[in-house]
Amino acid sequence: MLNKEQKDTYNKYVQAKQPYTKYFPTLLWAFLVGGTICCVGQGIYDAIMALFPELTKDVVQAYTLVTLIFISTLLTGLGVYDKIGSFAGAGSVIPITGFANSIASPAIEFKTEGWIFGMCVKMFTIAGPVLVNGIAGSVLVGLIYLCF
Amino acid sequence: MRKIGTQTVVFENKPRIIGNYSVVGPKEGRGPMANYFDYILNHDLYGEKTYEKAEQKIMETAVMGAIEKAGLQPNDIDLFISGDLLNQIISATFTAKDFDTSFIGLFGACSTMTESLSVGSCLVDGGYFSRVLCGTCSHFSTAERQFRYPLELGNQRPPTSQWTVTGAGASLLSLKGDGPYIEMATFGKVCDYGVADVNNMGAAMAPAAMHTLKVHFEDTKRKPDDYDLILTGDLGKLGSEILIDLMEKEGYPLGENYVDCGNLVFDKEQKTFMGGSGCGCSATIFNSYVLQKLKSGEYRSILILSTGALLSTLSSQQGNTIPGIAHAVVVRRDE
Repeated sequence: MLNKEQKDTYNKYVQAKQPYTKYFPTLLWAFLVGGTICCVGQGIYDAIMALFPELTKDVVQAYTLVTLIFISTLLTGLGVYDKIGSFAGAGSVIPITGFANSIASPAIEFKTEGWIFGMCVKMFTIAGPVLVNGIAGSVLVGLIYLCF
Repeated sequence: MRKIGTQTVVFENKPRIIGNYSVVGPKEGRGPMANYFDYILNHDLYGEKTYEKAEQKIMETAVMGAIEKAGLQPNDIDLFISGDLLNQIISATFTAKDFDTSFIGLFGACSTMTESLSVGSCLVDGGYFSRVLCGTCSHFSTAERQFRYPLELGNQRPPTSQWTVTGAGASLLSLKGDGPYIEMATFGKVCDYGVADVNNMGAAMAPAAMHTLKVHFEDTKRKPDDYDLILTGDLGKLGSEILIDLMEKEGYPLGENYVDCGNLVFDKEQKTFMGGSGCGCSATIFNSYVLQKLKSGEYRSILILSTGALLSTLSSQQGNTIPGIAHAVVVRRDE
């Protein structure tokens, strides 16, 4: 049995020896891919705006988000989104497309365990914490807004 | 059979590997060891509806292959010893279900190949069973969904991560027949050096490998140079470098004859970061490359240690560190 000090020494040795993610290429890819996704989103927004000038801004925004979610889910199903994510990192995780991917991927994966206990239950294993914290945060902010 | 030192058992009746078989997935089949494997899958679902069923079928293929290579029938086997990475070792037990013989299920995580060979050799050498089949399997996709994330999730793998080998290997042990024999086995102890990073299994398992190796050399009064090849199971690039450092400190420096199966199974272009891992890693390399080289006479004696990280998703989520284990087996050909 090793004592705490010996374990700490070993862990420090491992941390000094192990490779780490290279910041510059990771940031660059995240910026390029994340930026491209945002540009595509803006393009979709402008296109809907031009095609349906009678729609209000809010409605066009909703249509844009739905379109992006559709594209991301389709790419997840085709097995492309994870390949983009492997080099884009946060660039493809942070936009709404990443959120859609995080729901679609477990839904595909756990379909083998049945529609209810597989797909429906496991669908939110990754997105669940985001939803819980997002909703809890918005309630908290709402309360603060109500009080002041 | 007798025990020497503290953890090593010597098999005096020479249990022999009279049949062996290896099956790998398509990615492993594109790797540098492709020519040595007995069977390479075209698709990792192997015609099944789920990856779990595919893993089981891979195991069945390896088991049947080993029996066939020994020129025997399934009902000639006395005992089947196996385990795998999945919860309740379902790949092993479900394979045994369709196989009319006694069964012992083991869980040693990725150390299962040498664990099953060690236990099997004891039972054959002691005369309790005459033909014992030892084997294990793993599948990249089943391991990912049990231990990590869904396959289609667009996340990044950390640079210390490894790639679970899709594959299975089986060896058939008997006192009668031809083939290399198991000379001795060193049963490992569980070692925990306080590594908590689930993406750095190599660092978590390297101390266990060091401990088993050191005890093996102490028990047998041998040196690393006494073997033509020393193989670890799935320490990967980082873990094997750590092991080299640790062994140097312990006074048993490892030389050119040391390699890790995780470093052999994939090449750099396959983007597996630190290399292969999983029960199938050492099982497939041992039952293909290593045994072929032993049979051809290129190697006379080898020492193989499959290494296992004994964690569960619960243990790591609850903040526990990762204990490791390694069992060593010496395989030799007749002079």
